[in-house]
Amino acid sequence: MSSPLIEITAKKNSSEAIVEPFYLNLGPQHPSTHGVLRLVLELDGETILRCDPVVGYLHRGVEKLAENLNYNQTIVLSDRLDYIASVANNIVFALAFEKLFNLKVPRRARLLRTIVGEMARISSHLLWLATHALDIGAMTVFLYCFRDRERLLNIFEKICGARLTHSYVRIGGVRLDFTVDIVEDLYKFTEEFPHLITEYETLIDVNRIWLKRTKDIAVVTPEEAINLGLTGPVLRGSGIPYDVRKFRPYDAYDEVEFEVPVGEKGDTYDRYRVRMIEMRQSNKIIRQCLDKLKETEGEPVLAEDSPDLLIPERVREPEPKPHPKRGFIFTGREVSVVPVGEAFASIESPKGELAVYVVSDGSNRPWRLRLRMPSFVHISAIPELTKGHMIADLIAIIGTLDVVLGDCDR
Amino acid sequence: MKDLLSVIRDEFGKFILEVREEDLPTVIIKRDGFLEFIDFLRKEGFNHLLDLCAVDYLNYKPEKKIERFEVVYHLYSIPKRELLRVKVPIAESDCWQYSLTSFWKAANWFERECFDMFGIRFKGHPDLRRLLMPEDWEGHPLRKDYPVELPEEKEWKAYRKFKTKAKGAQ
Repeated sequence: MSSPLIEITAKKNSSEAIVEPFYLNLGPQHPSTHGVLRLVLELDGETILRCDPVVGYLHRGVEKLAENLNYNQTIVLSDRLDYIASVANNIVFALAFEKLFNLKVPRRARLLRTIVGEMARISSHLLWLATHALDIGAMTVFLYCFRDRERLLNIFEKICGARLTHSYVRIGGVRLDFTVDIVEDLYKFTEEFPHLITEYETLIDVNRIWLKRTKDIAVVTPEEAINLGLTGPVLRGSGIPYDVRKFRPYDAYDEVEFEVPVGEKGDTYDRYRVRMIEMRQSNKIIRQCLDKLKETEGEPVLAEDSPDLLIPERVREPEPKPHPKRGFIFTGREVSVVPVGEAFASIESPKGELAVYVVSDGSNRPWRLRLRMPSFVHISAIPELTKGHMIADLIAIIGTLDVVLGDCDR
Repeated sequence: MKDLLSVIRDEFGKFILEVREEDLPTVIIKRDGFLEFIDFLRKEGFNHLLDLCAVDYLNYKPEKKIERFEVVYHLYSIPKRELLRVKVPIAESDCWQYSLTSFWKAANWFERECFDMFGIRFKGHPDLRRLLMPEDWEGHPLRKDYPVELPEEKEWKAYRKFKTKAKGAQ
């Protein structure tokens, strides 16, 4: 990768060689690139010689914007990063800020967060399976997955009123408690979901076309996976059991039991298997957390000294509302309560390891908010993974990495 | 972790500016001994480059910083389950840092983004060009002296062209 590919395409090729490489531009408007990903390919026939991803079409400057908003307002920005599983982004923002403010989150809030986090994981994996199968040519799975994802989105709607951009997790806890209705819905869902996974698996698990399209495609060795910075199901597909939920437990993950699935060969099929098992494990986690919720009935869901929060003077309410915390109405506490320092938090988002590094200067706005997004690193690995593969396999590779461009470009 | 930090203090004493243990063990090191230090850490088992970013400390009030920029590395050791933060101060007048692309391929895009956003050049990077911003963008957006909203005459050329076109159509 010594010279940028885009420049080459612009230049006239003056060499007299008979065989010239063929340049193809894939995207940014292409249905199987899952957003606005553009790939400049250098081809020999149908084989990919080099590949140069061009990103930034969805760049909204979240890091710069966050420096000009107060801490609570950045949570809303986080929804728009990985819009498939926005709760995961909410959680990591909240975790980083809580570390900075030294807040202790109540147990019930931690359980609720774990539940919504795992719901987001299931819904994200369902969407991944649907689109991945559709890219490869299996139409039916798409319909099944969307049918079941709809149920989860309906539950999300009951929890917080939004289907995609939740903003449910807040600094110091969560916004609202679950109602009895939601708990019943979730119990019913967790009861039925394992059978639904079996349904998808009967469709594609031993399907000959599926196997031919996924087996031995984009094999990543464990060493290479770490070198490329891959995380999440992609890394576990290569056989390394690195899961932040186990290695650095956050929220209520140290109270629940679950297994971390790993693959053997590190090909596309292994990554598919890992995600399927992960959905079952998530289901198990939700189940356990729901049982534990009964023990914490009636506890608060927002930390006692949660800063509600660091609002600039002009938004200050004239008189405090009767229930300032419950409805999250800002009563306006003094601004200069944020400790100076820095904090780092990372979680296992559905796509991989999602980390936030925040630097504070004591004012109500973050001095610097750095986001390490899994999709960003995964897209940077596409050139390595596609080398020597066919164009048709490129689509399978983009699918297997499970990238979201809102996540990558920020 | 305590042992490791004391070994680091002994071996790299002349390069180390400060070792902190606040939220995470943090080593602040001079740029000169940086590559050897990373090589040492890799041998100690820090095999996962979790994050690489820069911070601009222009007019940072709470603390007097030595230089304007800091490049911050978060390294994780999967076998030992340890997290370490490494910081390297970079002067504005001498705005470059050694590239880690020879150790981790993952550093490639991190460093490109860092160059894009802060204008810190990475020595030894194979393909250093803008990543998120357009190629003909002027300035480095995440620097503290870069405004959130640009005045109209300083807007990106391509965008200005579109805007005048749209006005003409009206």
